[in-house]
Amino acid sequence: MTVLIALALLAVFSGSVYLLGRRRAVALAGGKSAGLHSLPGYHGTWVALWAGVPAALIILLFAVFGSRVEDAALRTQVPAAVAQLSAERQVTFWSDAGAAARGQARSEIAYEGELKTAFDAKVAEGRRIGVIGLVSVLALSGVLALCGFLLAFPRLSKDFRARNRVEGWTSLLLIACSTLAVLTTLGIVMSLAWESFRFFQSVPPTDFLFGTAWDPQIAMRSDQVAAEGAFGAAPLFAGTFLIMLIGMAVAAPVGLFSAIYLSEYAGPTMRAIIKPLLEILAGVPTVVYGFFAALTVGPTFRAFFNWIGGFLVGGPMDSLGQYLETVQNQMALTAGVVMGIMLIPFVSSLSDDIINAVPQTLRDGSYAMGATKSETVKRVILPAALPGVVGALMLAVSRAIGETMIVTMAAGLQAKLTANPLDTVTTVTVQIVTLLTGDQEFDSPKTLAAFGLGLTLFAVTLTLNIIALGIVRKYREQYD
Amino acid sequence: MVAPMTVQSPLIRTAAPHSHHPVSLEPSKIVVRDVSVFYGAKQALDSVSIDIPGKAVTAFIGPSGCGKSTFLRCINRMNDTIPGCRVEGAVEIDGEDVNDKAIDPVVLRAKVGMVFQKPNPFPKSIFENVAYGPRIHGISSSKSELEGIVEASLKKAGLWAEVSDRLGAPGTSLSGGQQQRLVIARAIAVNPEIILMDEPCSALDPIATARIEELIDDLRQQFCIVIVTHSMAQAARVSQRTAFFHMGRLIESGSTEEIFTNPRESRTQDYITGRIG
Repeated sequence: MTVLIALALLAVFSGSVYLLGRRRAVALAGGKSAGLHSLPGYHGTWVALWAGVPAALIILLFAVFGSRVEDAALRTQVPAAVAQLSAERQVTFWSDAGAAARGQARSEIAYEGELKTAFDAKVAEGRRIGVIGLVSVLALSGVLALCGFLLAFPRLSKDFRARNRVEGWTSLLLIACSTLAVLTTLGIVMSLAWESFRFFQSVPPTDFLFGTAWDPQIAMRSDQVAAEGAFGAAPLFAGTFLIMLIGMAVAAPVGLFSAIYLSEYAGPTMRAIIKPLLEILAGVPTVVYGFFAALTVGPTFRAFFNWIGGFLVGGPMDSLGQYLETVQNQMALTAGVVMGIMLIPFVSSLSDDIINAVPQTLRDGSYAMGATKSETVKRVILPAALPGVVGALMLAVSRAIGETMIVTMAAGLQAKLTANPLDTVTTVTVQIVTLLTGDQEFDSPKTLAAFGLGLTLFAVTLTLNIIALGIVRKYREQYD
Repeated sequence: MVAPMTVQSPLIRTAAPHSHHPVSLEPSKIVVRDVSVFYGAKQALDSVSIDIPGKAVTAFIGPSGCGKSTFLRCINRMNDTIPGCRVEGAVEIDGEDVNDKAIDPVVLRAKVGMVFQKPNPFPKSIFENVAYGPRIHGISSSKSELEGIVEASLKKAGLWAEVSDRLGAPGTSLSGGQQQRLVIARAIAVNPEIILMDEPCSALDPIATARIEELIDDLRQQFCIVIVTHSMAQAARVSQRTAFFHMGRLIESGSTEEIFTNPRESRTQDYITGRIG
C-alpha cells in the first residue's frame, strides 16, 4: 500500500517536472519552439525521466526483494531458545515471526515460555526493521528524484539535444524488456536444471532415460525410495511419440490439403465461409476436445474395433479377433486422432499464409507451360513453400508434444512401452501433471521426477526446433 | 489539336538487319475477330481484330493500361486464371477457335508458350526448369531423350555455354538476363508454335536486353512471336509487324517500318513521338 502511494506521488512529481521542463524550454526559445534543437516536449520528458525512473526502480526493487532482506536481517541473531529447536521447527519459527511482524496470518503453533519471549522480541524487532527499511527506501527514492531533477533541469538549453537523449532512454527501455524475457527463460532453464540435478542424484540418469518401468507411486514407500527401475521414463517418451505420430498423421495431410484447397482452388465465397469455420475450430479449448475424445470418439472406436473383432473370432485370425474384442475406450488412437483434429486449423492456417506468399508469377509460369492446377501445386507451389510448411509442421509437433488435456482424458494413465495404437499409453506431460497435483512436498524423488521429465522434454523440443530451423535454412538457400 | 503531318525520315531507326530487305511473311497464323475482354464490369478491350503472321515477330505497343497484355493473354487463355474475367469474340489459331469448348486450355498452352515480364524460374534446378514442360506433357520417353531436349532448348535460348557445367544448380541462382533466357528455354522445350512475350526485357539491364533481342531475332526463324513492349526502340529493332493499342482499342497495325515512319493515325504518331503515353 505504502509502496503504491509512493509510486503515485513519484508519478505526480515526474508529471509536474515534465511541465516545468517544457515551460523552461519554451522560455529558452523565447516563446518560439522553432529555435530549439528539440521540441519542448522532449525537454520535459528528459527531465521527467531523470526525476522518475531511478527513484521508481528503487521502490520497485524494495517491493520485490524488501521482505527477503528484512527476514535475513531478522535472522542474524538467533536466540538460544530457538537454536535448540529442530531445523524444521526453526524454519516455522522464523516464518511465523516474519509474518507476525508484517501483520500477516501465521501458523497455529503456540509458543510458550522462553520461546514466547524470544518470539515476541523477534516480532518487535521485525516491526522495527520493517519501519526502518520502508522509511530509508522512501527517503532514498525521494532524494534520488530530487537529485535527478536538480541535475537535469539546469542542463536544458536552446541547443540541448533532448530529442537524442530521449531516444537513448527509449532504446534502454527496449533493451531492458528483451533482457527481462531472456533472463526469465534463463531462470526457468536454470531452475529446471537444478531440480533435475537433485533428482538425478537419487535416480541415475541412465535408469531414468532407458528404464522401461514407470511407477513413481511405488517408489513413494519409505523402504523403496528411488527403487531401481521405478523411474524409467522410456515408456512415457514412447507414449508421447506414438500419440504425436498419430496426431500428425491426421493433422499434416488434412491441414495441408485444406490449406491448398483454400489458397488455390476455393473461390472467394467458399474461402469466406471455410476460413472462419476453421478458425472456430482453433478456438475450442483443449479440455472440450478432451471430453469429446473421452465421451464420443473413444466409445465409437471401441465399438468399431469390438465389432471387427466379432467377425474375426473363430476364423483364421482368431487371436487378433479376441484381442480386438477386449479393446477399451482409452487408447492412444483416440487421443492421437482428436489431437490431430485440434492441430488441423493450426497447420492449415499457417500453411495457407505460406502458400499465399508464393509469388503469383510462379503460378502463371506453370499454367503458361500447360500445367494443370494440381500439377502446379505439386511441382511448383509446394516445393517453393516447403521451408514454411516444414516450419509449420514442426510447430505443430511441438504443440502435440506439449499437449496435456486431451491425453489425460482419452489415453489412460498407464505407462506402457508399446507401439500398439489400441493400447492405453501415457505421455510425459500427463505424468508431470499427475506428479504435481495435490499436496506435494518438493524434495521427494517423486515430485523431483517432474523436473527431470520437464528438462528432458525441453531438450527434445529444443532439438526438434533446431532441426526444423536447419531444414528451413537449407531449402531457403536452395530456392530463394 | 495536332495537325497530321507526313514524316520524311524515320522517327526511330529500325536497325535490325532484317528490316533492310523486305521479308515475305507467312499467311496469318493467328486471326482475331472482335475480341472484347471484361474484368467484372470494367471493359479492358473493345472489339479488337488483327491478323498475326507466323514465323515473324509482331510487337504490341501502347501506353500502360491500354490492354495489350490483356490481349496477349487471350491468345493462350491465361485470362481463364483470373476470377471474374470474361472474353468475347474469336481468337483462331490455324483456323481453330481457342475459346471453343472442345479446346483444352492445357493442350493449347503447350502449343502457345509464354514469357513474362519478371523472370520466373521455378524453385528447381536449371535442368528441371527446362524439363518441366516435357515431363508434364510426356514428350520424352527416356532419360537420354529428355537430356537431349533440355540441351537443345538451352542451346536455342543461347544459354547452354553458360550453364552446361552446372545444370543441377538452382534456376534462381542465375542472373536476371540468364533467368529470362532460361524461361525462354523452358517455353521452347515443349516445341510450341507460338511464343508470347509480355515485356520480357523490362526487368533487365541494357546488355541483357540486347542479348534477349538477338535471341528473339533468331527464334523468329522457327516460331511465331508476339511481344508486348514499352520500348518503341525495341519494337522497331525486333519486330516485322507492329500494332498500336490505346484505351482498350487497337488503333493501327501494319509493318513495323510503316508504323514508325508513316503512321496512318495521328494518335499513333503522337505516341511514338512521345506526345501521349
